[in-house]
Amino acid sequence: MSISFDEMRTPDGAVRPAYAALQEWLHSVPPDILDLRRREAEVIFRRIGITFAVYGEADAGERLIPFDVLPRILMASEWDTLRRGLEQRVRTLNAYIKDVYGRREILKAGIVPEDLVFQNPVFRPEMNGQKVPHDIYVHIAGIDVVRIDADTFYVLEDNARTPSGVSYMLENREIMMRLFPELFSRHRIAPVEHYPDELLATLKSVAPTTASADPTVVLLSPGIYNSAYYEHSFLADHLGIELVEGRDLLVKGDVVYMRTTEGLKRVDVIYRRIDDDFLDPLAFRPDSALGVPGLMSAYQAGNVTLANAVGTGIADDKAIYSYMPEIMRFFLGEEPILKNVPTWRCREPEHLAYVLDNIEELVVKEVHGSGGYGMLIGPRSDKAAIAAFRAKLKARPGNFIAQPTLALSTCPTCVDEGIAPRHVDLRPFVLTGRERIAIVPGGLTRVALKKGSLVVNSSQGGGTKDTWVLHA
Amino acid sequence: MLSRTADNLYWLARYVERAEYLARILEATQRLATLPLNYIGTSNEWTSTVATAGCASAFFANYDEANEENVTEFLAFSSANPSSIRSCFEAARTNARAVRTALTVEMWDAINGAWLELKRFGNGATSRDELMRFLRWVQNTSMLFDGSAYRTMLRNDAYWFSRLGVFQERADNTARILDVKYHLLLPAAEHVGGPLDYFQWAAILRSVSALTAYHWVYRDSVKPWLIADLLILNDQMPRSLASCYSNLVSHLDQIARAYGRQGPTQRQARAIRARLENSRMDDIFQSGLHEFITEFVADNNRLGTAISEQYLN
Repeated sequence: MSISFDEMRTPDGAVRPAYAALQEWLHSVPPDILDLRRREAEVIFRRIGITFAVYGEADAGERLIPFDVLPRILMASEWDTLRRGLEQRVRTLNAYIKDVYGRREILKAGIVPEDLVFQNPVFRPEMNGQKVPHDIYVHIAGIDVVRIDADTFYVLEDNARTPSGVSYMLENREIMMRLFPELFSRHRIAPVEHYPDELLATLKSVAPTTASADPTVVLLSPGIYNSAYYEHSFLADHLGIELVEGRDLLVKGDVVYMRTTEGLKRVDVIYRRIDDDFLDPLAFRPDSALGVPGLMSAYQAGNVTLANAVGTGIADDKAIYSYMPEIMRFFLGEEPILKNVPTWRCREPEHLAYVLDNIEELVVKEVHGSGGYGMLIGPRSDKAAIAAFRAKLKARPGNFIAQPTLALSTCPTCVDEGIAPRHVDLRPFVLTGRERIAIVPGGLTRVALKKGSLVVNSSQGGGTKDTWVLHA
Repeated sequence: MLSRTADNLYWLARYVERAEYLARILEATQRLATLPLNYIGTSNEWTSTVATAGCASAFFANYDEANEENVTEFLAFSSANPSSIRSCFEAARTNARAVRTALTVEMWDAINGAWLELKRFGNGATSRDELMRFLRWVQNTSMLFDGSAYRTMLRNDAYWFSRLGVFQERADNTARILDVKYHLLLPAAEHVGGPLDYFQWAAILRSVSALTAYHWVYRDSVKPWLIADLLILNDQMPRSLASCYSNLVSHLDQIARAYGRQGPTQRQARAIRARLENSRMDDIFQSGLHEFITEFVADNNRLGTAISEQYLN
């Protein structure tokens, strides 16, 4: 494995420009201040109740995501490249979904294999020929990006269904400003606090044409037992919209209403944080108690906008991921600004042969897995685990992709031994409305707190950092 | 606002109010129970406390004897009792989580802070000192929450529904004390004197934090018929039935004005208030204090059902 790119220091130990002022500040304060502030941050997080639940844990109570007080810093020029690449990526996702549920040019051209679409469980035949306002399917995208060297960012994963984490981006910044006013006064940092305003404007801009001039927007949550419930209530609060559950809504005559203390009130746009499967027991899983019977038929009648649209999973599936550069060339006629991680599709015999030969060097992922589960990190696994995975791979090759073990970049992080480099990724949030794409500068940086670990998922001991885009 | 949100706010306020009430009656009983027996008679204070808390049958399903240890455990810390202080705070926080968007930061902080702090007390108090600290802390938490709501909430339907919860619960609590202790509250003509009951009366006043208020209102020594007057008819006394219903009527009217529609709840609340306004203590004693209170408790429950049907479903 090659040496990881250290975002703070060059190989000869010099501090990169983005981190110069931070370094200076670190020298000017007593050494125990970080530890003190770290403990303060934890108290604040607990009191605000920024917690999440980990499914399948015996003690499935509420846990804090560890917060690292050292910021991750990007220069404005680095961010500019990222921003352009993200816009381009999301325009591609929308064009591709429109095509898959419409004319299917991309399938006819043989660029994406048909079976990957039609036999994919996340493909929604209900969406065939369905018109959505302004052809926008993915209103809110979370694009996971990793850094390899000074100039190269890879897109690791597109999240086009119900990406989460943006509340941490916002709260991390608030807490940092509270804990380190002096540090902030030494920098010029692009703000992120307008994200809720941008989100609300985005959602209102895609209301059905039949809606009033000031459409009613709600956030649909599965409820307090969902792992991301804090985020749902946080966003509803900052957008000034009702936080509804399925039982608060009902459909009459293909129109969606919510039950209020003053009777029924019409709903125009639903920012839903419920998966497709659970949206409507009449259309999808009949056993779902979370959804709203008849919602799908109101949606198909064009009386309500769902954000994100139904069926967007067909764009962020890991099996589709490897085709993204070709999809982009096809729809936009552009070369990707942000590269894909080189990916072997095990469904193709020569790729499978390569993967089986080199499995010790590779990361093998299940196509439908998420949260860092169901994957094999070759260089970190023992012989038995590799043998077991090899058998799974041979049995159902189409179910897997493989990628080289990436040397993810590292950022300085507070750990028990002091300040040490730890691997990070970045999830920026991309909002697509009727007139424009909005991205607040930065995003959520996730950090693998264990030494050498590449798994940044919060369910597996990852933490988060505030992410700064620095202006000169 | 969403009916479910209004429902949660209403119950959140009720749970916090109930927790405070439980802490007050436990504290008052503690005090009474430390007096020599010949000061308070032979009655078992702890049995009467369980009744005042309104959970006698649930208690005796779990315990054989009403003594200090059992009653304190059941009313303060038991998870088996859905109305214990612990259960109230837990239910309050669950409700608060479900309506976080309708709470101000200060209110959330008060209720979430209480829930975190509750863990520190574990499954019970290890000493009487600690129990006293706990009971004081519960009352402070309630005041912090109530004060936060009063000082930070917008004056709209969310605020009014939460106030309805406070005053309905408070009226119910005051009525329950009166219901259990009515035999101590005799009219002037039947008063046989003797210092024995003084400490019982003082304990009643303490349970509703009204011992000092009593002296300011009546400028007299503690007399049982005046206690009844204070807790039932005196509009100045914030825990009296009359005061609770002034507030209920006024908040229900605010809701009706905002929504442009009067309904059965407004009419029912006004009728109950009118009965309190038009009553004199003499008449109440004449026709029976116990009957009066029993009827009031039933009316108060009916109003709760009506509010639920008109707004919260």
